[in-house]
Amino acid sequence: MSTLAIDKSGPSRKVKYGSMSRDRAWALRWSYFFLVLFAIFFLTPPVYMLITSLKSSAEISAATNPWWVFHPTLSNYVELLTSNQFLRFFWNSSIVSIVVVIVTMLISIPAAFALARMKFWGSATLATGVFLTYLIPDSLLFIPLFKMLGVVQDYTGITLLNRWYVLLFIYPTLTVPFCTWIMIGYFASIPKELDEAALIDGASWLQTLTRIFIPVALPGLIAATIFAFTVSWAQFLYPLVFTTSIDQLVLPVGITTTLIKGDVFNWGQIMTGALLGAAPPLIIYAFLMDYYIAGLTAGATKG
Amino acid sequence: MADVALRKVVKRYDDVEAVRGIDLDIADHEFIVLVGPSGCGKSTTLRMIAGLEDISDGDIMIGGDVVNDVPPKDRDIAMVFQNYALYPHMTVAENMSFGLRLKHYPKAEIKARVTEAARLLDITDLIDRKPKQLSGGQRQRVAMGRAIVRNPKVFLFDEPLSNLDAKLRVQMRIEIKKVHQKVRTTTVYVTHDQVEAMTLADRVVVMNKGRIEQIGTPNELYHKPATHFVAGFIGSPAMNFIPCRLEDVGGALQLRLTDRIAFALPPARAARYSALPRTDKLLLGIRPEHLTESHAHLGPGVEPFDTVLDVTEPMGMETLVYFGLDGTPVCGRVDPNAGATDGAPMRLAMDLNNMHLLNEETGVVL
Repeated sequence: MSTLAIDKSGPSRKVKYGSMSRDRAWALRWSYFFLVLFAIFFLTPPVYMLITSLKSSAEISAATNPWWVFHPTLSNYVELLTSNQFLRFFWNSSIVSIVVVIVTMLISIPAAFALARMKFWGSATLATGVFLTYLIPDSLLFIPLFKMLGVVQDYTGITLLNRWYVLLFIYPTLTVPFCTWIMIGYFASIPKELDEAALIDGASWLQTLTRIFIPVALPGLIAATIFAFTVSWAQFLYPLVFTTSIDQLVLPVGITTTLIKGDVFNWGQIMTGALLGAAPPLIIYAFLMDYYIAGLTAGATKG
Repeated sequence: MADVALRKVVKRYDDVEAVRGIDLDIADHEFIVLVGPSGCGKSTTLRMIAGLEDISDGDIMIGGDVVNDVPPKDRDIAMVFQNYALYPHMTVAENMSFGLRLKHYPKAEIKARVTEAARLLDITDLIDRKPKQLSGGQRQRVAMGRAIVRNPKVFLFDEPLSNLDAKLRVQMRIEIKKVHQKVRTTTVYVTHDQVEAMTLADRVVVMNKGRIEQIGTPNELYHKPATHFVAGFIGSPAMNFIPCRLEDVGGALQLRLTDRIAFALPPARAARYSALPRTDKLLLGIRPEHLTESHAHLGPGVEPFDTVLDVTEPMGMETLVYFGLDGTPVCGRVDPNAGATDGAPMRLAMDLNNMHLLNEETGVVL
């Protein structure tokens, strides 16, 4: 390009730059507008929960401004955190979620590796099949699952129904297909040459998985872990169906069954329980967020 | 270290034959380059030697043992990939020692070998870095280091320089040659770049459509190509191919290029071609450096002719000139001071002592 050409196009370019920065300014304004809108929309319920959890039952039922706390109290928190029942729900939820995450990873990682890398008869069909099982809603699955576990219980004599540990068998039907599916994606994005290099270096399939694939796909693995934990922690339908005794309940079902008696809602404690229940996933997200985002966007670009 | 032999090796993918019966003997310490256009089967051949692809038919031998069913890790080979294939979560030292660690070598020996390889490749300072902190050339060195520390029988290179920019490629080419001079490991190197093939190889294997076209030293391939494909593939700018026919004029053999241009063949060439049927469709193969500017004292067998240049490309040490002979585009190389200009007439000279004559239908160099 000669300088002459640039000089000639000078005025028109100036106008273009101006319109571009104007476009950008407007784009930014719209972005902020919608972001604020979404933030308000999604933050209102938790804020309302927080406000309600700080009120006494009397203040909740009084006809005052529901968006303001006039006599803040921590009594709801104290009551819940000293109640053995609530701590029992918390404990059940924790143990179920943690074991389910471990079981899911133990199944999904090798499954995804096999489906992503080992060519065998029907591997492509199997990979699709894994995903299809995830598409069947749990509201359809719970009846046959209940029947199946009933048969197993009758046949083996091991009590499964109405025991918290039955959830350890049920939840993986939700978490394993999805985690396997997304991990197939992560593993598939690892260059083929990497496992070929490992193969030539003398690594077995298992060593390739543990020493190359797992460390390289760690962000993806963490994303899958968070997913499995969130699903297990927040699952409502299955524990509602499969567990009924108070001491077997997990948090979401426990709160709604014990704090709602007939048409009497103990709102203060329900909100407190929900907030406390939301804390563990929140903490995990906060710590692993960077990994999670890196995991979700991995493989989008090379390098 | 060992020799490598391929016996009637075939690779079939469903209905497609990617490699169609290859015979090749690679001597101990030899540097062999497989070269050809993409899809010619050169990478597949290399991967079969590595054990990354099954062999559909035939035998592959390393050090005299048939390795058809031996897994890659037991073939005692090392491979350098086009995209380096470094383990991203390991440091340079860990990358290089991975194979040795898997085989449970003593720590002291691993350290000694890594240090030695790093010194050889001049990457001692980088030993604790991760691959993403390295430039392309440095990554390539690490990939070579990973191969060297294993001290394998055979090195396999799969287009190792294709991801580097032109300048670095030339530099790394020399590095690879130096390393081979030091370690003397039998090497099979795949590339689509004929310059790389010529500069690196003890012997070049030119492949096309799953077959070997010709095996020979770089000079043999350049000066005595066996087929149309090899003649056209080796050399840059490529050899010119001009349709022509043989004529008998007053007892002498003459090569007619166009209605206007015909040259008497030098005696040696005339004797060689005299038995050919005059009806055959022939191609004259002549390299650009044998089409130069004409001058007053042309040697025997160098024939002048007049043409009009289409385009000239000044390269500094020479100028490439392009012109047409009856519609066939032809390239010549003239002195930069010979006054070649776009669109101008010029008197050129063709050195028929270095000509090749090809059968247009069979592609054989006669």
